[in-house]
Amino acid sequence: MTKVEELAQGVLSGEIRSIARAITVIENNAPEAKKLVSSIYPHTGKAHIIGFTGAGGAGKSTLIEKIVREYRRNGKTVGVVAVDPTSPFTGGAFLGDRIRMQELSTDPGVFIRSMASRNYPGGIARATKDAVKVLDAAGKDIVIVETVGAGQSEVEIIKVAQTVVVVHAPGLGDEIQAIKAGIMEIADIFVVNKADRENANKTVMDIQAILQLNNKETAWKPPVLKTVALTGEGVPQLIEKIEEHRLLLEKGLKHKGSREKAEAELIEAIKEKVVSSVLEGLRKEGEFEQLVGEIVEREIDPASAAEKLLKKALKDAEA
Amino acid sequence: MTMFDQKKLEEVKRERTRWEQTTLPNWLKQSRERKTEFHNHSGMQVKRVYTPEDMENMDYMRDLGFPGEYPFTRGVHATMYRGRLWTMRMFSGFGTAADTNRRFKYLLKEGETGLSIAFDYPTIMGYDSDHPMAKGEVGICGVAIASLKDMETLLDGIPLDKVTTSMTINGPAPILLAMYVAVGDTQGVPREKLGGTTQNDNLKEFFAQNLCIFPPKASVKLTTDIIEYCARHLPRWNPVSISGYHIREAGATALQELAFTIYDGISYVESTLERGLKVDDFAYRLSFFFASHNDFIEEIAKFRAARRLWAKLMKERFKAKSPRSMWMRMHVQTSGCTLTPQQPLNNIVRTTMQALSAVLGGTQSLHTNSFDEALCLPTEEAVRVALRTQQIVAHESGVTSTVDPLAGSYYVEALTNEMEEKAWEYIHKIDDMGGAIPAIEKGFFQKEIADSAYMYQREIEEKKRVIVGVNDYTIAEGKCPIEILRIEPKVETAQVASLRKLKRERDNRKVKEVLDKLHYSAEKDENLMPTIIEAVKAYVSLGEITEVLRMVYGEYKELIVI
Amino acid sequence: MQTERKIRVLIAKPGLDSHDRGAKVVARALRDAGMEVIYTGLRQTPEQIAETALQEDVDVIGLSILSGAHKTLFPRIMDLLKKKGLTDVTVFAGGIIPEEDVEEMKKLGIKEVFGPGTPTERIIKYVLENVPKRT
Ligand code: B12
Ligand SMILES: Nc1nc2c(ncn2[C@@H]2O[C@H](COP(=O)(O)OP(=O)(O)O)[C@@H](O)[C@H]2O)c(=O)[nH]1
Ligand SMILES: [Mg+2]
Repeated sequence: MTKVEELAQGVLSGEIRSIARAITVIENNAPEAKKLVSSIYPHTGKAHIIGFTGAGGAGKSTLIEKIVREYRRNGKTVGVVAVDPTSPFTGGAFLGDRIRMQELSTDPGVFIRSMASRNYPGGIARATKDAVKVLDAAGKDIVIVETVGAGQSEVEIIKVAQTVVVVHAPGLGDEIQAIKAGIMEIADIFVVNKADRENANKTVMDIQAILQLNNKETAWKPPVLKTVALTGEGVPQLIEKIEEHRLLLEKGLKHKGSREKAEAELIEAIKEKVVSSVLEGLRKEGEFEQLVGEIVEREIDPASAAEKLLKKALKDAEA
Repeated sequence: MTMFDQKKLEEVKRERTRWEQTTLPNWLKQSRERKTEFHNHSGMQVKRVYTPEDMENMDYMRDLGFPGEYPFTRGVHATMYRGRLWTMRMFSGFGTAADTNRRFKYLLKEGETGLSIAFDYPTIMGYDSDHPMAKGEVGICGVAIASLKDMETLLDGIPLDKVTTSMTINGPAPILLAMYVAVGDTQGVPREKLGGTTQNDNLKEFFAQNLCIFPPKASVKLTTDIIEYCARHLPRWNPVSISGYHIREAGATALQELAFTIYDGISYVESTLERGLKVDDFAYRLSFFFASHNDFIEEIAKFRAARRLWAKLMKERFKAKSPRSMWMRMHVQTSGCTLTPQQPLNNIVRTTMQALSAVLGGTQSLHTNSFDEALCLPTEEAVRVALRTQQIVAHESGVTSTVDPLAGSYYVEALTNEMEEKAWEYIHKIDDMGGAIPAIEKGFFQKEIADSAYMYQREIEEKKRVIVGVNDYTIAEGKCPIEILRIEPKVETAQVASLRKLKRERDNRKVKEVLDKLHYSAEKDENLMPTIIEAVKAYVSLGEITEVLRMVYGEYKELIVI
Repeated sequence: MQTERKIRVLIAKPGLDSHDRGAKVVARALRDAGMEVIYTGLRQTPEQIAETALQEDVDVIGLSILSGAHKTLFPRIMDLLKKKGLTDVTVFAGGIIPEEDVEEMKKLGIKEVFGPGTPTERIIKYVLENVPKRT
């Protein structure tokens, strides 16, 4: 067996060290990463993947901890991938979500992995999607992804998760703005956490009011639930809704569509592939460096330079 | 109003301008100053020279007044150390109750005038010595007290009507206070004569000391139970020691220490008023605890500003009538984090200066750190030198002959004012956040402190701040030149055995009965002090009591801010 | 796309010790030096620390302890790490650890011990030089 095969084997048998290592390989985009993912891919698709997004401080991590506990009580195994932002200045990151889940760390039915965004846009890391696959292939019944939590443009999660939970907390201020700005479209379930605070009901009503504006006929109407992550209040109800949503997806009712998701993933993969292989080829040509120089000197604009380079490359590819 | 003759002030102003244009440039030409700007720890810029101009708006009676009178800037007592010296109270505790009892007696013999108990980690966190989390921690960082039996041993031969005792305990404070009361009862000391302090400041645990057991609301409830109970039954007990020390040691600046501590004080006054007590019924028993760090004048200004600020708050915000409610009585500890394992004897010098600031700042009580602070719990020799340091300041320095000797110093007064003003800014900011608990939940204090701690570290590394023996004037350290105190593992074995024996031999029916009662009381949100006293008298252990409270209140998970 | 290896560090606080000033300062310095830092939070059992290191697949583990309980806790941590196969992780420590214990700690496999007054710059350099080589 090659090393990659061994690693894949370890993942499939649920061996913790292999799972951890496999995620690192993917994160670092090591040479063997692609092979690894393709060899575990046939074994994925069994887990239910749930995304948690929403502003920092809303209580996502705390809530996830409680949800994991509840799933464990129901006999399910769980994997968690928690993403935190990388500093664009230093490249470093402080991965703090795990602290809230630390009591789960010795439960053999739970695997938690912290991940830095490494400047990937959209609230997750480039590796998140494949890390989820690793956990799925390793046999976790449920895989949970926590996004960075910068609010607003965290829409990448729909490419990863089957059920997206958007978490709000009363008094955080700009959440309603965020909903309007697009987070709304991605939510399958809304949660107003910190319901122990006075103004929680108002937040619920605000969200419902916005939802009412959208009166398209859909099979799934996103519910708005209240939770207190500190005590676990409302968590069973949340899980119930997640389960309902999962069943709906299972019945194949046309929702946002697993086909769409697959298509998006394929396009993404093609893009990555095309860009890197074409780029590699172009860099080898002397023209590339020369054109960079010309752009700096304002002799040619970047778009025309690209066209010039690509014309040749694409012709080569066709031939 | 000003304290100076307008004409004279103008003359000073004129003369200063002249000096800046004539004399000063000549000096600066010959040799530049060591830095372009001088700052204190709080980041305030320190001027080259202070003059009456810096006290221009000062009103003596409004801002300073006389000692023992509002606004108490010059001290809470009229005669200060001419009457009675501060209480010399050395924070001590290690090993078993018997080990610490011996240390107490030694210190009392050497001239210490009050006791201060350091508990070990299991006790602090509400675990019995035989709890799995206690493994390897029993008696290591303080004395192990798991039941009334240990407390009896700890206080054996110490007359509780004559000596006052401070206990550094927070979450489990009601339990330790109950044990102390129980020992007092056995000694036949009337409760109204029992004097001492429980730290019992749970708020600062959430952002400074981190020894939180219960969530914020429940923690404040327990703090308030003690305040209420003492107001009704233990008139000489300081129910809470509102602590800036830990805030400072966690990395805060002097200003942050001052502001955050005062804010915690505000919170306790509010939570006690909610119990229906009148402010003058309890405020006179609130006490404070500050650090004394390296910047000599800054610290003095901080202590003086703290007193004035608190007096104003009590009078204006809380409408206290009794002057005693406006007193800020304080305990001070010299700053442990300034002490180094490098060239440990240098620590004696640092501690001496810090002790002197505390005394010039008008403290009521003082702990001085030992020169082995950065290495281990104090050895007998180290603690004796630390105590002697206080005695030398008290008897040899002469600063105790007059009240508030530095009052009127242009620099001291200007800095006192600036400290107070900037502290008010913080107070208003926290008011706007909705108070201390919302600020904790937002991570406000945590972030402020973490940033200051990091900045302090950076300043040392960049040599903007010289620490003698650490980043300058270093020597090849070689073998550690001083003896180290070590706690033997047999302490744990003995303690666990004795606790297990107690648990077998006590009346376990009674134990269960009181614990059920406690559970019920906690759920009904009653004041828990009476039931806890009953429990400790039945030799219910600290861990058992805390366990019930953990069940009712839940456990706190820290909000980490880096 | 190129490989993008980052150093992953676990900063852990074993036992009841709740001094966190030093641990936080070190964590922040390592982060600012471009590393990915996971902090366990306070009062961790050896089991929690070892399991976290395992799941997070960290390159280095920094133990911070000022309570004097290292003599009980460190052997348990090192033992668990070994049992979990984490032999290619660099373990180092800081805090109040008496000089006379340092040898003993090193025998357990703790590669270095940093006491009060250590510049974080030195700690960063140490990590950079001691990240285990991995394929
Ligand atoms: C500050 C302090 C406190 C503060 C803590 C605030 C906080 N949030 O951290 C307060 C006042 C709350 C406190 C309380 C107590 N303290 Co204290 N405290 C100290 C003190 C004075 C300084 C520690 C410090 O923060 N220094 C500044 C930081 C930046 O330095 P550092 O932690 O040493 O970290 C540096 C290095 O050690 C190293 N490092 C540290 N961690 C790591 C990790 C890694 C991976 C690496 C590579 C390096 C590294 O790098 C850092 C940068 O140079 C020390 C004595 C001393 N001078 O060291 C006592 C000391 C640690 N405390 C002690 C005790 C006993 C206590 C209490 C238990 C007392 C009691 N019974 O109530 C309580 C417990 C509190 C708690 N939270 O756990 C004892 C421990 C005794 C022992 N080990 O034998 C000491 C040694 C004092 C003494 N001699 O008695 N304390
Ligand atoms: N009052 C209250 N606080 C909560 C609740 N859930 C989380 N918190 C607190 O909110 C803060 C942020 O929580 P965290 O889970 O880290 O939020 P995240 O950034 O969204 O992951 C923490 O201090 C939590 O203790 C809740 O239901 N009620
Ligand atoms: Mg989070």
